[in-house]
Parts: sequence; structure tokens; C-alpha cells
Amino acid sequence: MKTGARGWGLGARDSGLGIRDSGLEIRDSGLGIRDSGLGIRDSGLGIRDSGLGIRDSGLGIRDSGLGIHLTAVALALVLLMSAQTAQRVVVARGLSCPERALLCSASRREPPGGRTARSGHVPQRIISLVPSATEMLFAMGAGRRVVAVSSYDHYPPEVERLPRVGALVDPDVERILSLRPDLVIAYASQTDFLAQLERARIPVYLYRHGSLADITVGMRDLGTRLGLAEQASAAAAEIDRGLMDIRTRLAGKRRPRTMLVIGREPQSLRAINVSGGYGFLHDLLNLAGGENVFGDVERESMMVATETILARAPEVIIELHYSDRASPDEAAREREAWNLLPAVPAVKSGRVYLLYGGELVVPGPRVVLTAQAFARALHPDVLPR
Amino acid sequence: MTDVRRRLAVSMLVFGSLAFLAIIGAPLLGTTPIRLARVFDRTIPFADNVDAQIFFIARLPRALAGALVGATLAAAGVVFQALLRNPLATPFTLGVSAGAALGAMLAITMRLHLSLWGVSAVTAASFAGSLCAVGIVYAMARARHRGFSTNILLLAGVTLNSFFSALILFVQYLADSAEALRTMRWLMGDLDIAGYVPLLAALPLCIVAFVAFAWLPRALNLLSLDTDAAASRGVDVLRVQRVAFFSASMATGAAVSLGGPIGFIGIIIPHLVRLMVGADHRIVLPASALLGAAFLVAADVVARTAMSPVELPVGIITALIGGPFFLWLLVRQR
Repeated sequence: MKTGARGWGLGARDSGLGIRDSGLEIRDSGLGIRDSGLGIRDSGLGIRDSGLGIRDSGLGIRDSGLGIHLTAVALALVLLMSAQTAQRVVVARGLSCPERALLCSASRREPPGGRTARSGHVPQRIISLVPSATEMLFAMGAGRRVVAVSSYDHYPPEVERLPRVGALVDPDVERILSLRPDLVIAYASQTDFLAQLERARIPVYLYRHGSLADITVGMRDLGTRLGLAEQASAAAAEIDRGLMDIRTRLAGKRRPRTMLVIGREPQSLRAINVSGGYGFLHDLLNLAGGENVFGDVERESMMVATETILARAPEVIIELHYSDRASPDEAAREREAWNLLPAVPAVKSGRVYLLYGGELVVPGPRVVLTAQAFARALHPDVLPR
Repeated sequence: MTDVRRRLAVSMLVFGSLAFLAIIGAPLLGTTPIRLARVFDRTIPFADNVDAQIFFIARLPRALAGALVGATLAAAGVVFQALLRNPLATPFTLGVSAGAALGAMLAITMRLHLSLWGVSAVTAASFAGSLCAVGIVYAMARARHRGFSTNILLLAGVTLNSFFSALILFVQYLADSAEALRTMRWLMGDLDIAGYVPLLAALPLCIVAFVAFAWLPRALNLLSLDTDAAASRGVDVLRVQRVAFFSASMATGAAVSLGGPIGFIGIIIPHLVRLMVGADHRIVLPASALLGAAFLVAADVVARTAMSPVELPVGIITALIGGPFFLWLLVRQR
């Protein structure tokens, strides 16, 4: 079965998409909302003579059509202003994905706030706004200390019973304070929220990482903070063993040139988003014995044109569907979309694999599962599907 | 009259050549070197011919889509500016693109995986959204007046624009991260349509609109000065307004559902053309369509080559070129 319609029944909706993309998005949605900027001008500010600024704007057909002058200068200003407003909104939107901030930087540090309030105190009531950190807490046996999680948390199943207190852009501060946590695991980019926590003297643990190697490092560090250094170390070692096992079994195998697709428009080959040569997904692909065709691009994710795909000629295409669930039929139909590009070696040889499951993009303890899924697709002779 | 004909012929020749060169040139340009001899070599099966696939699947549909969308948005811009008698009107002023965007956002966030005759759910939903917006704005413009109030039209459109934008933000906010990302990507405009089906779906609507546009210019000339004067000179004002509104709106809806809301073309190109050929709609309208086509095709070449292998959204290119250019135009006018 080549469709690889697998579902582990896990619904964590996180995305491992590149933070660097948001630079583009920000500018763009300035565009998207541009017209409402116009709207503001037209209806509210009354730049022109009449109250609503529309009564007689005069196309000025005789003087070569540009009867604009002041109006347009004002328009430019308003455009600029509305673009900035849009930008603010969209900065927030662009970061809405919890794992995104998590992936944005390769460094992780103990925050100053973490030590201020109750140094030496072992946290007993933990709120995690970071799904991968939640998974780590449960993996190291601290699950019973977790009192609330983010709205994106779906694993392990125990979290479904816990209160949800928002996520990256919308942490529910009131709710968080009312739960009286003695540790909040948050993103470093949540500056306003972190300031609020500091005023409330609630210790925080800032979690961020970028590469595959950072996952176990981060896990050990978190364990130390919770007084569970041994357990965390054991859980991390298990991840390392799982990954090492895959690496060993694939040692010396030929590495097929692979394209890792993170997203695209359903049933068509539009807006194709792939993994570049950076981040834990790229690392996982490497470990699972694949050669990323976009490994030379220092980006976590990027949009590529169909031309580029034809030119880079991947031998294998792995497509991640982490927020969708599909019947085998639907998966087969999705897979057929690639038949539009028959010259791509992966399409020609039928090596397009669709993987389903929320864990695929959570940089937590379940990366071993993702690595195994990649390896099964890439080397079916070594790890039968 | 002969003077107009002569000017029309000259501008058609100049702008037509530009558009032609852009459409012919764009499939030849790109970061991957392809050999034309191989592209048209019938002895190699298409399924194995990478050069031919790059030419016919990756580049040619993009160039054609760029030409169609660019021509449509520029021409619709001219029509809206005359209809609303407002030089700052764009094809998006009356909420058509916001409606289309909302439709697309809903299709993306609801994960509609259907496709109608090869047209994806997102495209179909965005066109449906634009129809909704057109219908609402038209109903508003007709509601309080016997005629067709362009003031109400503009106010309703502008309000609808803001309202739809707010709904879009709301939908995006509720969407989960992957979808929010896709919705944002949609808003940036994208002409990599990979194949001809989306193009064929949009084409009939655009053709109907252009037939209507061909009928409009003389009336628009009079209308853009004064509706009363136009009426006194035998123009059926209401009918012209209605045809102008519906044809331009439909065309915009089709263009946006094909390529996303690509900004600036509908305002920059008409003004640029007016600077060059004067204000007679008989020349401005076709010349804008041709220059719009050439401009968007060229902008798309930049979009797919500038940061290769990373694809830049074409809407960013048109904004980056269009914004400063427009400001320069303003300064020059003084």
C-alpha cells in the first residue's frame, strides 16, 4: 500500500512551519487588508471636500486622468497606517501556531523569572502552553503535576480532561492565575504575557528549540528544573536509542533524494510548502535516510513552484497531513494530484507517500514515530511498512 | 474620429506588442535552463520530458493566468474608476475581493476537499464569495433609490470590505495554525496554477466581461463627467451603470478566484495608461488591459526567479513595484 494513509489517532494540531515565512506573510496581509484601508479613507476621514469624501471625486478626465494630488498623498499615508495595523494583527496571527515559536530558535535558556520567586522550590502545579513540552512532562512522569494545557494539546490522551488556557497568541491570563500554578511553560515571544506572570510572581520556564538534537537536551533541562533529572534523562535516552536504532539500521543505505511537503492546497498542486534545510523535520528526514532536495536552503519551510519541483527531481515525496484525517479513498485522491507532474521521478515510480497524524510535527518525545514513518517510506526494504 | 482611430491603432500596437512579448518571453525565462528543441521534441514521450513539462505545466499556464488576471484587473479598474467617478477606485473597492477572500478562507478552514470539474473547492468558494459580495452591494445600491446610486454603491462596498475583512480575521483567528498559514498564503496571490483547468474555468467569465467592456467606453466617457450630461446626450445611464458594475465585478471575481487578490494592478495600470494616452476610455480601456497583462506576467517572472528556489508571492512583487511607482507618479504630476 503506497498511499500510506496512516493515522495514529492523534490530533495535536501543531505545525512545524518556519517562522521565517512570517516575514512574507506580514507584508502580504498588508495587501490583503489594503482595501479596507481605502475604505477607512473613503468613509471616515473625509479627506476631500465632501463630508464622506466620495461625493465628487472627479476623475479629472481632461487633465490626463490624474485628479488626485492631495487626496492620494493622504491615501498613501492611510495605506501606510492601515498596513501597520494589519501587520500587528498578522504578526499575532502568523505566530498563532504554538510550535512555531518553539521552532524558531536553536537556543534555549533558563529565564531570569524562573528563579526569582521560589528558587529551590520544586514545581507541583504546572501549566504548559507548549504541546511538545506537555508531552515531555508526561514522558518523564510529571503528568500528574500538569494542571492545565494549551488549546492545541491533544496528547497524551490524559490532557483531554485538563482545562485549556489558550495558546501562543491568546493565553487566558485570568484562568491561568486562578489555577494558581507554580510554573508556567511558555514561549519566549509572549512578552506581554510573561510580564504579567512576573508581576504575579509566577515562575516561568521558557521553552524554545530548533533542531532534533535540541529535543532531548531540552527534555533533560526541563527535568532538572522539575527535580526529575533522572526520569527525564531516562526518557530522553529512550528517544536517543529509538533514533539511533533507525540510524544504525539504515547505515550505508543509498539516500534517495526526497522532498518533504508540509502543506499544499487540497486536490491540486498549488501553494506547495516544503521543508528547507533547517529544523527538526529536516533533521528527521536526514536521520531516516533521505537526502532533502531543498537541504541547501537555510530555511525551515518555503513555498516552491512546480517548476522548481520538476528541476529538483525528487525520487521520493513525503507529504505530511497533520491536521487532516482522511479515508484511504481521500488519501488516494490527494496522492493522484501529483500525477500532474509525471516527469518527477517520485511520481513516475509511484513513491509519493502521504503520512497522517498530529505527532508528525510536534518536536517532542514522539519524534521517534515520525522518524520511523519517514524511514518506512524511504527504505521499505529495511523497515517494512 | 480618425484621430482617435489612429491613436487607438498606435496604442494597440505598442501595448499589444508589450503583452505579446511578455507572454511569449515568460515561458522562456526561469531559473532552470530548458532547451526549446527538447521542449517541442515529439519523439520524447511527454511523461519523460522534463523540459516540456517545465514549459507547458509550470511556466505557460502561469504566463497565461498572469495575462488574464492582469488584463482583467486593469480593465476592471478603469471601469470602476469611471463608474464611481473616483480616481482611487480599484477592482477591490466594492468588496468583491474581500468576498472572494472570505469564501476562500472558509473553504480552507473547513477543509473542503471537493473539486468541481477539476476546479478546487477554494477556487469555487472564492468565486461564490465574490458573487455574494456583488449581490449585497447591488441590492444596497438599489434599495433606497429608484436609480443606481454610485454613492451608496461606494459606501456599501467600502463598508462591506471592512466587514468582510473583519470576518476574514475572525475566521483566521479560529483556524488552526496550518490553515491560518494557507489562508495567508492565498491572500498574497499566486499564479502557479499548475495546469490549464483553473484557467479554463475563469476564461468564459472574463470573455463575457470583455465583450461588455467593448460596449462601454463611449458611455463611460460621458458618464465619468456627469450623469445628467450623459443622460441628456442619449446615454441610458442606469443600463450603462448596471452593465459596468456587473461585468467589472464578475471579471474581478473570476480573476481573484484564479490568482488571489493581487493588488495595485487595478489602480496603477489605468493611471499609467492615462498618463501616456490621455483619458479617452476608447483607448484607455483596451490599452490598460494589455499593459496590465504585460505587467503581471513580468511581475510573476520576478516572483518565481528572484529568490529561487523559494517562490515569492506575486502580490508582494506588484506591491513593491506598484507602491513606489505610484508615489513617483504623484510627485511627477506636480
